Amino acid sequence: MNRLFDKTFWGLTIGLVGLLALNFFLEEWMRSIGLQSLSRGCVAIGLLILWRTGLVSFGHALFFGFGAYTVAMMQILGVNDLFVLLICGMATAGFLAFFLGFLLRKYRAIFFALLNMAFSMILYGVLAKAEWLGSTDGFGVKQVSFIGMTPADDMYRPLLFVCAAFFAYISAVGAHWYLKSTLGMMTMAVRENEIRVEYLGYSAEKAIHVKYVLSGLLAGVGGVIMAVTVGHVDPDSMVYWPVSGDFVFITILAGTGNVGATFIGALVYELLRTYAFEFAPHLWQLILGGSLLLIIMFLPDGLWSIRSELRNRRELRQAKRDSDNRAAEVRR
Amino acid sequence: MTSAISTSTVRLVGVAVAGALALSAGAALAQTVKIGTPTFLTGAAAPAFGIPAKNGVELIVRGINNGELPAPYNTKGFAGRQVEALIYDEAGGGTKQVTEMRNKVQKDNVDAIIGIISSGTCAATTALSEELKVLTIQTVCGTTRVFEELNKDPKYVFRTINTATANNVSAARYIAAKMKGKVKGITGINQNYAWGQDSWRDFRLAMATLMPDVTATKKPQFPKIFSGQYGTEISALSRAKENLVHSSFWGGDLEAFIGQSSARGLFKRKLFVLTVGETVAYRLGKKFPQGIMVGTRGPYGMYVANDPSPINAWFQKEYRKAYGEPPSQPSYQYAQGYLAGKFAYDDAAKKAGKFPTTEQVIASLTGATFPSFVGNVTMGLSKGHQIVTDDRWGVTVWDDKKGEMVLEDVVIFPPGCVNPPNGVKSADWLKGGMKGAKC
Amino acid sequence: MDFELLLVILVDGLVYSSYLFLVAVGLTVIFGVQKVLNVTHGAFYAFGAYLTAYLIGLWAKGGLPDAGGFFLIFISAAILGVVLGVIIERGLLRFLYDRDEHIAVLATFAAFLVLEDVILLIWGTDPYLAFQPMSLLGSSEIAGLVFDNYSLTMIVLTFVVAFVLWYGLNRTQFGKILLAVIFDREVSMAMGINVTKVFLITFIIGTFLGALGGAYHAPIISVQPGIGVEVIVLAFAVVVIGGMGSIPGALIGAIVVGISRAAAVHLFPEVELFVIYGIMALVLIFRPEGLFAPIKARKI
Repeated sequence: MNRLFDKTFWGLTIGLVGLLALNFFLEEWMRSIGLQSLSRGCVAIGLLILWRTGLVSFGHALFFGFGAYTVAMMQILGVNDLFVLLICGMATAGFLAFFLGFLLRKYRAIFFALLNMAFSMILYGVLAKAEWLGSTDGFGVKQVSFIGMTPADDMYRPLLFVCAAFFAYISAVGAHWYLKSTLGMMTMAVRENEIRVEYLGYSAEKAIHVKYVLSGLLAGVGGVIMAVTVGHVDPDSMVYWPVSGDFVFITILAGTGNVGATFIGALVYELLRTYAFEFAPHLWQLILGGSLLLIIMFLPDGLWSIRSELRNRRELRQAKRDSDNRAAEVRR
Repeated sequence: MTSAISTSTVRLVGVAVAGALALSAGAALAQTVKIGTPTFLTGAAAPAFGIPAKNGVELIVRGINNGELPAPYNTKGFAGRQVEALIYDEAGGGTKQVTEMRNKVQKDNVDAIIGIISSGTCAATTALSEELKVLTIQTVCGTTRVFEELNKDPKYVFRTINTATANNVSAARYIAAKMKGKVKGITGINQNYAWGQDSWRDFRLAMATLMPDVTATKKPQFPKIFSGQYGTEISALSRAKENLVHSSFWGGDLEAFIGQSSARGLFKRKLFVLTVGETVAYRLGKKFPQGIMVGTRGPYGMYVANDPSPINAWFQKEYRKAYGEPPSQPSYQYAQGYLAGKFAYDDAAKKAGKFPTTEQVIASLTGATFPSFVGNVTMGLSKGHQIVTDDRWGVTVWDDKKGEMVLEDVVIFPPGCVNPPNGVKSADWLKGGMKGAKC
Repeated sequence: MDFELLLVILVDGLVYSSYLFLVAVGLTVIFGVQKVLNVTHGAFYAFGAYLTAYLIGLWAKGGLPDAGGFFLIFISAAILGVVLGVIIERGLLRFLYDRDEHIAVLATFAAFLVLEDVILLIWGTDPYLAFQPMSLLGSSEIAGLVFDNYSLTMIVLTFVVAFVLWYGLNRTQFGKILLAVIFDREVSMAMGINVTKVFLITFIIGTFLGALGGAYHAPIISVQPGIGVEVIVLAFAVVVIGGMGSIPGALIGAIVVGISRAAAVHLFPEVELFVIYGIMALVLIFRPEGLFAPIKARKI
């Protein structure tokens, strides 16, 4: 198997084909859940890239919000094409990450996490208070066009879903390839021992900076998808600190083993939220928080670890069977 | 690895599909009218708005389903079908509400949405209501943006409460009528978000027209919503040379502000106009300051506590019986949304001769005049989608005999006096000196 | 600018600073020792406020003297410190010390969500008011303005809390042990320090302080759902400005923000809202470790 076209790549590709096929059967509310999962999944991949270096950001709603607000602001300026909006959203989020990166790349561990949170709070404060930025009400986001095409009403959301699936697919494959590259692998070593990495001649800070920008770009993609999906942006649901917490939640839920798992994590989170909200309108926070606690305590490596766990057990059983067979042979 | 991803995804979606099919099958069997009702069940807006609104809905739905209401609403249900209210939480911001409304319409198949408290939610969901083609009756939000900016040609969206503009214009009119010579200047403390900013702007503009020689401060206070600690602002207001304070505070912020201001004697130093002060007046009881101008945004709550109109009398009596306290404005406003719904469904059914379609219901509600708690109200603005009601102002005074706060010196401003003429934008109307007002 | 205005700004500023300090100090104590940003802090504050307001309500209904309110404030905070502190530390955090630091943060976030709804289950959505202690203390006049004495006592409480913490940390044996644990947990353990106990005690103290913040504010505010979320933001901002984990930092951070905010409210109310974020941004750009960050050793 080629180095680039490995199992994960084909897995993601099959996932994409599956989604495109599913698109024909989904009811509209399921498609919305799917779109939101794709959006949050993109942000969570960005977090996963950082996580591999041992860095966690509690403020990625900052870039998510930047992407989302870019959509709204560009529409006010008259730009309405999804692809242009995507590029703009990525650009603003990416530039922001680039500039903040100079500062943040110096920090590790909890300080990194919290400085990110602090910056996201500043953005929240500015958005919520500046009237020309929509204040707490935010902005509505109109229906977009697709490379100049405006589809019929009933085709709009299916087409949006196709585009979002492609964006997420490209993000995921790109992230996967990056993580497998030398630069990507090297940053895992940063997690273990930064100073040794530097003795090898690499700059840990630069590597982290690259990761930070990538994660910012991915969060920007997520923000653009979310803004267009929901048709509205506002500070409370785009930039406030619990939003960042949700992203970390998804990353932990999915585990950091595989980029594809991130989308499953995002989907599980979305379903959990939808049903918690429906069945316990007073107590949905309790259900969400409780599930998170259970996952932290009993599934420390996320849903993905169930799979490895099963595989381990299977291998154990296999090994046991093998040794039993051998023992039987010996006896014979 | 490949199969693991796709199979588990497929399995999850499969479960979701099965669940949805089961739900929609259930919906088809029961002959009810399902109404989605967002209201604040959690968070800071729950006590003053969300819960009274929910109580109002539960009571009015009981009344409608049992046919308990006085004429002309004494038939059971909406066009003969039982009403099922799906009450859900409005907390969490506009984006989340867009998702929830989509879920309610597409997943739970509600026939209409009646509710919405926050202007943010109204602004966020208006376009969606049109996209989903779901009859939506907004009940409490006051932002003029809904029909003047976001949804200029509404079809599915209605609103059964006056805009925030009407509330502040009537406040200014009351002051101009009752306090001439007493007011030397106006200042304000409002929460720093759309509601607070709009309220202060409308009030200031209306005052500039009605009392041009009263100066407005250049330093109005805009503390953060839910900050709860107003010591510094109270000092600044006490020092201000203007002697009338305007505030659109509500809920816990208002209660905290009243507590802190009372302790520091601010109510003795300044005149006060609290545009939605009534929401906490019953709760605070004797602790609510006397001699304060309070508003209810129309003929609701405290202002109609003793009104003998049959529907109102029923509502007052049953509400006090069910919840042990008098109904305040959100209870009325949500219930009025349901009355509008009942009127429209019944009227459309009569015209169609069978259970009406959404389009027929909309046709009946557009521009309609229907009986509400005290007399008739009309969907008079924004192409028949925005209600106009009268607005009332008075001054609080403690009634020892009843053991509750009551109002004296009440003035009722007719709808035409506090709303712009049809087709004129509120902001333009205010800036142009409120031409065409019929008082 | 006249002298009276300066005086008013100073008084208002100090009152607001005290509010900020009381809200933030518990967060910084726990962060300093356990390196956990304890998001549950917001819920501790809310619990403190609710329990106090509830008890003061019962007290008043029982016809007991209003002065008892002060006693109830401290009792509530102490009860909550022990009960919630033990539940969260023993039941949750102790399992997470060996894992990445951010896992603990996320766990406290989850616990915060749960506790918010637990409050709703216990006390419902109705707001609680407990103005009695504030009314009891009356008011005094400073620079021609009326101030309520209760708010002024907050300034005193702030300095008392700051002094006790400083004394405890620098002049007692427990303080010395604590410093050793902060500096190097593993070595202290090897030296025979019972780190488990130290962590538990610190967490109880932090919880007590969080609950005390809420309890002491209960008579001023309207105690209602959602107060905890707001507090997290303020407390976090103060802690970032002052330096995460530093008690003098929290005090100075609170005073800087409090006085600047008071000046803004009186002179330029339109910028008031940006003050706290503005200071935070400046500090982050020029001194990201905060004004008073403790020195960190870098491990190779």
